[in-house]
Amino acid sequence: MFALITSLNNLLGVPGLASEHGEMVDHMLGLIQWFMLLLFVGWSTFLAIVFTKFRKSNNPNADYIGVRGHASTHIEIGVVIVEIILLLGFAIPLWSTQSEQYPMGPDVVKLRAVGEKFNWSFQYAGLDGNLGNQELRFVNTSAGNMIGRDLKDPNGKDDFVKSGEMTIPVGRPIIIDVTSKDVIHNLALVPMRIAQDATPGVRAHIWFRPTKTGEWDIICGQLCGVGHSGMKAKLTVVSEKEFDAFLKDNSEEAIKASAAQPAPLASR
Amino acid sequence: MSAAITHEELHGEAHDHAHEAHPKQSFIYKYIFSTDHKVIGIQYGLTSLVFLLAGFFLMMVMRWSIAYPDKPMPLIGAFLGDRWAPGGVVSPELYNMFGAMHGTIMVFLGVVPLAFGAFGNYLVPLQIGAIDMAFPKLNAWSYWLNLIGGVLMMMSFFMPSGAAQSGWTNYSPLASTTQMDVKDVFFSGQTQWLMAMVFLISSSLLGSVNIITTIINLRCKGMTWMRMPFFVWGMLVTAFLLLLAFPPLEVAAVLQLFDRLFGSSFFLPTGLLDSNRHLDIAGGGSPLLYQHLFWFLAHPEVYVLILPAFCIVSDIIPCNIRRPLWGHKTMVYAALVLGFFSFIVWAHHMYLTGMGAVVSTFFQITTVSISVPSVVLLTCLMISLWGGSIRFNTPMLFACAFLPMFGIGGLTGLPLAFSMTDLFLHDTYYVIGHFHYVVAPGTIFALFAGIYHWYPKITGRFMNETLGRLHFWPSLICMNFLFAPMFIQGLAGFHRRWYNGGMAFEDTTRHLLWLNEVMSIAAWCLALSQIPFILNVFLSIKGGKKVTCDNPWHATTLEWATPTPPGHGNFNFEPVVHRGPYEYSVPGASTDYTPQWLAEGEVPEEKLTHAEH
Repeated sequence: MFALITSLNNLLGVPGLASEHGEMVDHMLGLIQWFMLLLFVGWSTFLAIVFTKFRKSNNPNADYIGVRGHASTHIEIGVVIVEIILLLGFAIPLWSTQSEQYPMGPDVVKLRAVGEKFNWSFQYAGLDGNLGNQELRFVNTSAGNMIGRDLKDPNGKDDFVKSGEMTIPVGRPIIIDVTSKDVIHNLALVPMRIAQDATPGVRAHIWFRPTKTGEWDIICGQLCGVGHSGMKAKLTVVSEKEFDAFLKDNSEEAIKASAAQPAPLASR
Repeated sequence: MSAAITHEELHGEAHDHAHEAHPKQSFIYKYIFSTDHKVIGIQYGLTSLVFLLAGFFLMMVMRWSIAYPDKPMPLIGAFLGDRWAPGGVVSPELYNMFGAMHGTIMVFLGVVPLAFGAFGNYLVPLQIGAIDMAFPKLNAWSYWLNLIGGVLMMMSFFMPSGAAQSGWTNYSPLASTTQMDVKDVFFSGQTQWLMAMVFLISSSLLGSVNIITTIINLRCKGMTWMRMPFFVWGMLVTAFLLLLAFPPLEVAAVLQLFDRLFGSSFFLPTGLLDSNRHLDIAGGGSPLLYQHLFWFLAHPEVYVLILPAFCIVSDIIPCNIRRPLWGHKTMVYAALVLGFFSFIVWAHHMYLTGMGAVVSTFFQITTVSISVPSVVLLTCLMISLWGGSIRFNTPMLFACAFLPMFGIGGLTGLPLAFSMTDLFLHDTYYVIGHFHYVVAPGTIFALFAGIYHWYPKITGRFMNETLGRLHFWPSLICMNFLFAPMFIQGLAGFHRRWYNGGMAFEDTTRHLLWLNEVMSIAAWCLALSQIPFILNVFLSIKGGKKVTCDNPWHATTLEWATPTPPGHGNFNFEPVVHRGPYEYSVPGASTDYTPQWLAEGEVPEEKLTHAEH
């Protein structure tokens, strides 16, 4: 059944799917595509018939009354019913899950994506699983604090930042905080069927669960200036084991580095 | 609403003028600073056609860059200047500039002034049997403010900073922080965009107040609400949309102007950076506020683009099928519902900004609901065809093509109405394809239909049918080759506003890059297909076949009761309306059309009259 519904998606070249909720998105998209096709074929057939049957040469005298009966009303009601099904059966529940039922527990991976002209930086929550605070006013380029991490936040001691590549594990829920330093960007993860505007001053979140390992493009979806067409990062989904190793190495390094640095002054 | 008095008043006034007026002055006041709604309508029409061509030209340059990125553009490249196109290669900056201005020009200076300014101005007073608009001077102001806005917009191309580069949406902070490094921020494209918008919005407000008052107060005797053609109803709703939706954008433009010029931060958050430097601003503003203000206008604006198209088509179809519009009343109510709902759907443009379940549920429900009146409008037009005796002249061809083309535009809006599928498709070429189907082969085809249809009334001559067909068929084919591949690219993940058409994202785009070339070639062929139209418009003024009567299409609405072309004061007699607007092929009638102004028992006569004034 799923294959049939999404067959139209495949025909139209919807790219490969790699997230859990994306299956529902594709399912819904597939249904809409069939619905659109049905209506379009219906309308076109009607128009083709009308344009031949009722052209002046075939029908010299017009009929004052025209269509009798209520076929159009029934079609209209049919359209409304399909739309209600799409709304109540798919759109609303799907959005509630994605926008309000955030996953919790030890296996959740937390990241922060920070956009700037014209690249992405990713802050990882580290071994403690908690993201350190971030604010734009903390950005200090000369001190190497490029994304504005709050250096006093104990949650951030084991956090580390990678630029240009986002590494996440397959099969675990991922929560990403999305924000920006300068203008509005958009973190578009096509195979995950999700996208989120990165707006400066706004803390937005998305979550998803990757179902496949692989490498994909991260696209900036919102016009951000001259370099917009090249604002690209890499999305890498790895096995859980690889990710744990990646997290451990980087996090331990970060802890070492923050211990080596003099603690920031309590007051300035 | 006593037309008798107003007619006498006008006649008296006109005679006085004729005695007093200086001949030289009268030319200027008659054709340039005219307060006659018909002259203003034609001024609007010609200006907006020029802007449509300008907007189209920008797009053709962009399509070169998309299909052949970083290659010098032949012919035109050399004229773009080394600053923007070194060696004739379109730079990303130039691409962004043309992209922003293509959208702005097409929407605010092309389609809306043509649909609402030109057709609304010329036809609404005629169709309701009025001698002019309610406020002729405001009407003239409306046109001249529009022109000033347009000239400012075009002048910004020649400023050191170039024109605006932040998309037609002009989102803060991008729009507030670019082009700030120039010598004089006031004379930068981004600032001038805002200045020009203030003029354009003021122009629209004057126009809409005028249309509303005219329709409510100046209908001739017998023109009851439900005897008004759908054209007039549609224009009334459009005017309300403009009146109520534009002020928030005017506010947004002024606030953004303050942010740029006076260092305020209405739309700029605390700690904002540019190129890793903190900006010298107080902060505390919200970029999302701008988006709300913008889309509160820009969604009703979509219906401002569509409703006039429905207006035009709903006049042309009954006339060329020789039977009444099916469901005139239903269409009127649908337009009213559409107008109301268009104010409460704006945030579906903002699903990407992140919103909670309650807000998103609200906007998904309203967005899906608005599809119902849209489908009703389209369905009524299609059902009207059943039982007709269709004559396929050029206006009818364009009107008929409007139906399925607008249908594609409407249907592809469905996956964008639902937030979760929208996340996948937003800002991709799918969206571009969707709204271009609505506006280009949708609205613009309807506008072409209108030009071919009312040209004989305006000039006294028909446009050439052969050239009309040479315009129609290639346009229809090219439009589809241009816009249909956008759906395929969009579903694959092609995002909009890439000057190089997606070269940087090879993993996503590689297999479909070839479509860029197909679409670009279609775009240039589409440009060539407009040549017959341009020739037709100009050559037919002197060379077209002459009309032999005031009502050459045998239509039923009041504009065809006027002399050809209608003079100052419009009617040679006092129009009285006796019936509904679409009385074609009435059983028992002697002709297959029974005009609104025809008294009971009279037979329509075919005569050509000339204006008395």
